[in-house]
Amino acid sequence: MTTILAAEHLTVTLDDRTLVKDLDVELAARDRVGLIGESGSGKSLTALALLGLLPEGMRVSGRITVDGRDLIAAPDRDWRRVRGNTVSMVFQEPLTALDPLMPIGRQIAGPLRLHRGLNRTDAQAQAVHWCERVGLPDPERLVRALPHEISGGQRQRVALAMALACRPRVLIADEPTTALDVTVQAQILSLFDELIEETSVALLFISHDLPVVAGLAQRLIVMRDGRVEESGATGDVLRRPQSAYARQLVTSAAQVTRLTVGTVER
Amino acid sequence: MSAELLAGRSLTRQYAGRPRPALDQVDVTIDSGVSLGIVGESGAGKSTLLRLLLGVDRPSSGSVRFGGQPLGKVPRREFRSQVQVVFQDPRSSLNPRMSVGAIVAEPLRSLKIGKDRAERADRVAEVLTAVGLHPDDGKRYPHEFSGGQRQRIAIARALAPSPRLLLADEPVSALDVSVRLQIVDLLRELVDTLGLTLVLVSHDLAIVSQLCQQVLVMRHGRVVESGPTATVLERPTQDYTRALLAAIPQLPADLTAPPGTADLLPSAAALPGEAALPTARTEETA
Repeated sequence: MTTILAAEHLTVTLDDRTLVKDLDVELAARDRVGLIGESGSGKSLTALALLGLLPEGMRVSGRITVDGRDLIAAPDRDWRRVRGNTVSMVFQEPLTALDPLMPIGRQIAGPLRLHRGLNRTDAQAQAVHWCERVGLPDPERLVRALPHEISGGQRQRVALAMALACRPRVLIADEPTTALDVTVQAQILSLFDELIEETSVALLFISHDLPVVAGLAQRLIVMRDGRVEESGATGDVLRRPQSAYARQLVTSAAQVTRLTVGTVER
Repeated sequence: MSAELLAGRSLTRQYAGRPRPALDQVDVTIDSGVSLGIVGESGAGKSTLLRLLLGVDRPSSGSVRFGGQPLGKVPRREFRSQVQVVFQDPRSSLNPRMSVGAIVAEPLRSLKIGKDRAERADRVAEVLTAVGLHPDDGKRYPHEFSGGQRQRIAIARALAPSPRLLLADEPVSALDVSVRLQIVDLLRELVDTLGLTLVLVSHDLAIVSQLCQQVLVMRHGRVVESGPTATVLERPTQDYTRALLAAIPQLPADLTAPPGTADLLPSAAALPGEAALPTARTEETA
């Protein structure tokens, strides 16, 4: 499989502090990579770096290639062509990702007009199609709604529709289900499954929640304090963790999610 | 038999301008020594119920009783010294400009517990130690502590007046998983050693299963199901409870088996990439 997005020795520094050190990741079509770590581990900065969205003042080094082209030092103009087009993203809080004053349909249509050059009518029709595709009820009516008029789970579906409408080949999702209720989270996770199958998009799924990531990703990258503690196939990292930190993470997650009452076995 | 400590009868809370009540005819009984988990998703009415039980909000109809008496008849200071609360986010529940010692001593001062400053300082040192902090930590400020340590401070403050009942609203949701485990252990230890009764409000059934003997499952302001935690989790009678259980993300079964037995079990659960089944997760958690 050809690599679409890759990072080699990705390093992010702020003044004399190293926030992400020597991270390697490679994504080809349908790959599902999980990036896991606790708060402050550098996982979200890694996502921003891969999108060329690092805050002012941070320095990035190493290589970030999209379709073989190194973008590490590329001007924002080049990044804009990639972002939302080849590589798209979904963040934790859909409310901040959506414009509160713009109907949902126009927000989904926006990138389609920008990147795909669709006219207003076609872009709007695509918006309705994607609302339907991500399981939103009554899409014809919903595209006219404003973000505050729909629920949190529906907003995350809208964010997914926005991210996927331009048919990106890589989707970076940073804690996309963390703010959601557990039953809604389960629905959104199976939607990820379906959409990967259907569109062949590659997924980089970032989360602090090991059971969530483990259910979705084939490979895991475990980060701590900006460093990669371990990476490998999900089954290997879970069952034969090499680093003490990964071992601790697996044990903690197993304990935290365990239903321990009486003879409950699941 | 255990005695009723705090109870709500037919509690309804209708907020102005809302089509349906946030809480609708809810009955709840908290018996002394029997920890209760209140479980549900957002909008279930958990926090509204907690506010009514704490007496910081009044029901539109129904009543709250403490020790068999209507809440309004219980002297406020007595109620506050016996019922304390811990919130989700220790960052916003601790005053950044007060030293930890002053924060933990505050309920003692306001409830006029302890005869002088020295006696209160002794109690502060005692509860800081009980939550796994050092008495000297009282001289420091909240920002000098990590999230988990801050939650320990909030718990120490709640314990200071020696309450019988501790209400905790999502006390570990904001914490990293390893820290979460420590706080769960701490709560369990405090319940065991101090004879505290814990009411735990959480969206997380696993945490509730680890800490509470009784559970109340709520949805849309009503109680969907309630009973001993073991019964509700093993034999849920309601579809919603089943859905909630099925939705908990789980590691493969061999990893969540009790310690020591993991090696004996086959690695049966399919992981993505191993079996390449897109439905692997739903099957595992079903």
